[in-house]
Amino acid sequence: MAEFRLPKNSRIRKGQHFAAPDGVSNVRRFAVYRYDPDSGENPRVDTYEVDLDSCGPMVLDALIKIKNEVDPTLTFRRSCREGICGSCAMNIDGGNTLACTRAIDSIKGDVKIYPLPHMPVVKDLVPDLTNFYAQYASIKPWLQARTPPPPDQERLQSKEDQELINEPAACILCACCSTSCPSYWWNSDRYLGPAALLAAYRWLVDSRDDATGERLDELEDPFRLYRCHTIMNCTQTCPKDLNPAQAIAETKKMLVERRY
Amino acid sequence: MSNTERPLSPHLTIYRWPITMTLSILHRATGVAMTAGLVVLAAWLVSAASGSGDYDQFVTLMSTLAGRLLLVGRSFAFFFHLANGIRHFVWDTGRGFEKRQANASAWFVLVTAVLATVLLWVLA
Repeated sequence: MAEFRLPKNSRIRKGQHFAAPDGVSNVRRFAVYRYDPDSGENPRVDTYEVDLDSCGPMVLDALIKIKNEVDPTLTFRRSCREGICGSCAMNIDGGNTLACTRAIDSIKGDVKIYPLPHMPVVKDLVPDLTNFYAQYASIKPWLQARTPPPPDQERLQSKEDQELINEPAACILCACCSTSCPSYWWNSDRYLGPAALLAAYRWLVDSRDDATGERLDELEDPFRLYRCHTIMNCTQTCPKDLNPAQAIAETKKMLVERRY
Repeated sequence: MSNTERPLSPHLTIYRWPITMTLSILHRATGVAMTAGLVVLAAWLVSAASGSGDYDQFVTLMSTLAGRLLLVGRSFAFFFHLANGIRHFVWDTGRGFEKRQANASAWFVLVTAVLATVLLWVLA
């Protein structure tokens, strides 16, 4: 059952304020969610004034600057800094996206940064993605072929067949979409969420995969697939501009069409 | 540090609602409201069946400001749910999923529902 209020241990307190150094003029305020598991205290929102003249253009640049120069305890995941690893997914200015590809310039007013929504928080901006990854594993994201591969070459696809999987295969599993979805917020224990369903679709339409029937059987469930109510937050928020909502609709269509 | 003690990150209160999310919850709200509104419909039928006195009383009640607001809300709920239901049927065919399309159809449904409600109450 949907629980709209945050649990007692999750309600946010007022945090500390870190003023910009004297003599800087181009200051932007960053309000960042902080949670320290060792303190036993509730999460808080700290505000940092950052001098944009000595900072890179992206939100991730500001986070790194804060960590380097102001508060080394600030914790977040990041790796590639170019939108391909998916590590720095977080809620910025009310939407889920990658900190490394979101320009500070594109945000009006204070930059508000929270972890991905409705997730257990390990520390600061680091959510626990265990369930998310388990759901991805549950759709068996690998090729299931019944026939042996040709002895002298790879399993070839037509250009048209490859184009079917190009987009869904570009997913970087950053979890922006799933954690933007209210259905996933209320039912992540049973609803697979847009990311896992996009991955499932990627294998459903793969011309080399022979397990389409079993894959559809697995999805035909009031919760796993059909908790999608086309709210569209997934597609609206995807930092890679993919379309999980469309993939889910196509999957629903496949389930209907195979009956006739 | 145990798993169960981990705080839950904030969600509804910090998320910037896209128009499509607003329409989604409105669709459910109008559906629930219309179902609850069946009580009023039943009351209307009962009052009609039990004589002109009761019926007049019902009409008087519905002619108050609150009653009228209720009926305006009921008609908006109907038009909105109808238009958005058609939008869902189009989605069921796999069309209209591009961001631009989904946002445009959302505004179209909202404006249509408001216009239809206004028209109904101006004309009727």
